Amino acid sequence: MQFSSFAEFVAMGGHGFYVWLSYGVSAGLLGLLVLLSLRNNNKVIKQIRLRQKRELKLKQAAHIQQDQVQQNINSQEASS
Amino acid sequence: MWKWLHPYANPEVSYHFTKKLMPWFSMLTLTFLSIGIVWALLFAPADYQQGNSFRIFYLHVPAAILSMGIYVGIAIAALSSLVWQLKLADASAAAMAPVGAVFTAIALITGSAWGKPTWGTWWVWDARLTSELILLFLYLGIIALHNAFEDKALAGKAAGILALVGVVNIPIIKYSVEWWNTLHQGTTVSKLGAPSMSSDMYWPFVFCFIGFIGLVTWVICIRFCSEILARNAMRPWVRTLVNDTEEK
Repeated sequence: MQFSSFAEFVAMGGHGFYVWLSYGVSAGLLGLLVLLSLRNNNKVIKQIRLRQKRELKLKQAAHIQQDQVQQNINSQEASS
Repeated sequence: MWKWLHPYANPEVSYHFTKKLMPWFSMLTLTFLSIGIVWALLFAPADYQQGNSFRIFYLHVPAAILSMGIYVGIAIAALSSLVWQLKLADASAAAMAPVGAVFTAIALITGSAWGKPTWGTWWVWDARLTSELILLFLYLGIIALHNAFEDKALAGKAAGILALVGVVNIPIIKYSVEWWNTLHQGTTVSKLGAPSMSSDMYWPFVFCFIGFIGLVTWVICIRFCSEILARNAMRPWVRTLVNDTEEK
């Protein structure tokens, strides 16, 4: 241990500001990098899921439309 | 001879392989970086000339070495993408660029904070500092180009050419302290030859360096996986994978 008290550790022999500036900025930037990378991963997965849901809905809508057309044809045939 | 490598050109194989590696790198990072930082801040001796500002060394030097190392990685990926049209190489280059940019920024900021008490100035336009600043701009250019095109193949090509042209900057950074008269001090640690510092100063550096390598690799793995998923969003394996994660 190079320091005898916590105050001495913070002061860093008069260089405290520069040392803690360096360690603080580095920790902040690296933390942000990790956080944003993890969040970006979730975002990508969410986007792919959304796109899939949209495609499913479009498919279902097309089915419903087709059914309705078929019903119309059937009812027309029945009435004629 | 290189046939064992072929399956890894497949995005699905690559994705699962990277996922498997990730926890190991995060563990490596946590272990080595926590030991290294505590050692560097509390137990390493102060420099007889620079005093405690010397502790910035344990961030500045690994960050600076890695900022250049990651750039070389991007250049190799860019070359293999341009020559062999490896799509995954583009994805890896896109994953590496932001990590490299952050490490370059850290090298510059910690260097600046170290320069003030040591040289009496935050910044000088000397060869080492200026070429490292150019490296940051190269990284920002590569990131911008990767995001500038909807077509990822085109984006990869444009960013790859910039990365390859920018490689000329790497030897300039490395040898700037020898080629020109600079305020920046010469190399104190190198792979070859003994370090020109005492071992109780050197060992914390080794731990910090390994920790930072782990961190870099871990974050690149995370970003690489996101890139693979985004670029293969229409593939069936991605669709099932995305649905599986939803159930969890």
